[in-house]
Amino acid sequence: MSGELTDREITYREAMREALQEALTTDDRVFIMGEDVADYGGTYAVTKSLYTEFGRDRVRNTPLSESGFVGAGIGAALGGMRPIVEIMTVNFSLLALDQIVNTAATFRHMSGGQVSIPVVIRVTTGAGRQLAAQHSHSLEGWYAHVPGLKVVAPASVADARWMLAAALDDPDPVIIFEHTGLYNLRGDPGTGPVSLEGAAVRREGGDVTIVASAGMVPKALDAADELAEAGIDAEVIDLRSLRPLDRPAIRRSVERTGRAVVVDEGWRSVGLSAELAATITEDCFYCLDAPVARVAGVEVPIPYPKHLEDASIPQVADIVAAATNVMEGVTVGG
Amino acid sequence: MNERSHMNTDIRDARIGLLGDMIRIRVLEERCAELYGQMKIRGFLHLYIGQEAVAAGIVPQLEPDDAVVATYREHGHALLRGVSAASIMAEMYGKATGCSGGRGGSMHLFCAERRFYGGNAIVGGHLPLAAGLGLADVLADRRGRVTACFFGEGAVAEGEFHEAMNLAALWNLPVLFCCENNTYAMGTSLRSSESQTDLALKAAGYEMPAWAVDGMDVEAVRDAAGRALATVRAGGGPVFLELRTYRFRAHSMFDPDLYRDAEEVERMKERDPIATFAARLVADGVVDDPAVEALWAAARDETEAAVAFAEAAPFEPVEDLTRHVLAEPEDHR
Repeated sequence: MSGELTDREITYREAMREALQEALTTDDRVFIMGEDVADYGGTYAVTKSLYTEFGRDRVRNTPLSESGFVGAGIGAALGGMRPIVEIMTVNFSLLALDQIVNTAATFRHMSGGQVSIPVVIRVTTGAGRQLAAQHSHSLEGWYAHVPGLKVVAPASVADARWMLAAALDDPDPVIIFEHTGLYNLRGDPGTGPVSLEGAAVRREGGDVTIVASAGMVPKALDAADELAEAGIDAEVIDLRSLRPLDRPAIRRSVERTGRAVVVDEGWRSVGLSAELAATITEDCFYCLDAPVARVAGVEVPIPYPKHLEDASIPQVADIVAAATNVMEGVTVGG
Repeated sequence: MNERSHMNTDIRDARIGLLGDMIRIRVLEERCAELYGQMKIRGFLHLYIGQEAVAAGIVPQLEPDDAVVATYREHGHALLRGVSAASIMAEMYGKATGCSGGRGGSMHLFCAERRFYGGNAIVGGHLPLAAGLGLADVLADRRGRVTACFFGEGAVAEGEFHEAMNLAALWNLPVLFCCENNTYAMGTSLRSSESQTDLALKAAGYEMPAWAVDGMDVEAVRDAAGRALATVRAGGGPVFLELRTYRFRAHSMFDPDLYRDAEEVERMKERDPIATFAARLVADGVVDDPAVEALWAAARDETEAAVAFAEAAPFEPVEDLTRHVLAEPEDHR
């Protein structure tokens, strides 16, 4: 998936920054724009000091105008550029929802295929930093609902390093969701390139398939380690792309294991986990030895106190419990 | 002919051209209204009748490399941008040979070749897009290009208007903002919805040149747009024009027009941009009545040919339903 290994270990944040640096170096059409991406270095320091190398035109600070600058990114893409628009958090992206859903996702279609919007929008997502109910949600599933968009969620250092190039190479709008809990993840970035689409099996196993994305992938892997100690051999699938979903990859795995646990940090109702559970039921019903289990966010805006925040999103123990129940034939209602 | 008479001929032809352009829009749209009644055109249909002087005064002054971003009341802008009446009509019929392949309809006319980017039906939503097109021109160092953005006065109540105005002015982007103030945002009057009804003053607050123009006078519009375009092309940043105009028809074909007096509409019709300009040209000795009638006849021919084209055009097969959602191999990047 990520080419050759390199013997190098860097963080997810560094990988993303290297990807941005490479994009700015290799393509004159590429520029970055967003709130505090220049001097400040980006809220999560991903764009730190890039402006000193590429200048303030190409690493462009914007006013606090999500709709305005996301729309301007879409317009610049229409005008032949390859903009990378950074949105500080997915909650703020809602201010630009009109531009993303009504313009970026529709222009190709409304024009009968005449125009492309090759914009890349980077959005941080997820809870875990005690930022409460307006900075912590996982709304990537909302975007994954929309035809005309591509939605990806790199969950490995290699994907953080290489998915951006694939997104920039894509003629359609791509939203990259970066989970804030992953920025300090360490790993080998590999040599790339990677595909924008397609799920990856991060751990092979024969007993139960755990389907996860973004910040849930490391937790699913930790859960798989614990399950192994209990004699349960879990396979972990990292979705990588939420739109399109790699249905064949999920089917291949569940057909072998006969059991599936779906993990999503977003709320349970009408969300990504519901889509995955329905998909597995449609594609694998006759292979299933147990009902599909869901581990998802609790139906509450993310609270501030650490213990409540932890309780509101899936944790390793929740995934272990769900997988164990699935193995033992225990059905747990939602 | 000597040089002076050449110039006079050019000026005469240009004035006749303005009249002809307005008439082409009027005739096309009067026919659209009929076709709507016959259920040939469905969905929403927003007519531009009464506002023709704005598009006619501005759009023909744009260069091929410029871009146009318009609203859902855009038939006239598209036509004068060089999108054929036939492909516009076919689009309204939902036919495959429409300028958007039938996918957009009346509200979403597109023509990439003419750099005509909608047909946008989220009020105010296309203003940031126009700023972005301007930003692309600045970053790619394509000097002298302009993006002309048309919108109604209703858009100034939207946050996207303010965000786009700020970005355009802050970054000195080559955008001509053309606010067609026809007094009513659907049925909501400007007076009842804005604390500040002087729209140029709002724009001036963003540190850009801004002024109001009589949008019922095509020559006034042409002159103002010429001045504004020269500023924008020269790298002077965005300019805002408030074109004071009026729509004679209801907001859309669904609108019972309950929010304004018939008397007001009749009074405004006395300022019909076509009738008043035709009278001016006759008075100036530029045209005579038969010459004006010939313009109407030519427009009728164009429109009838467009209708015939649309009638004969094929619908896209249902099997193609999911096309044009994402890029296909043959799509341009």
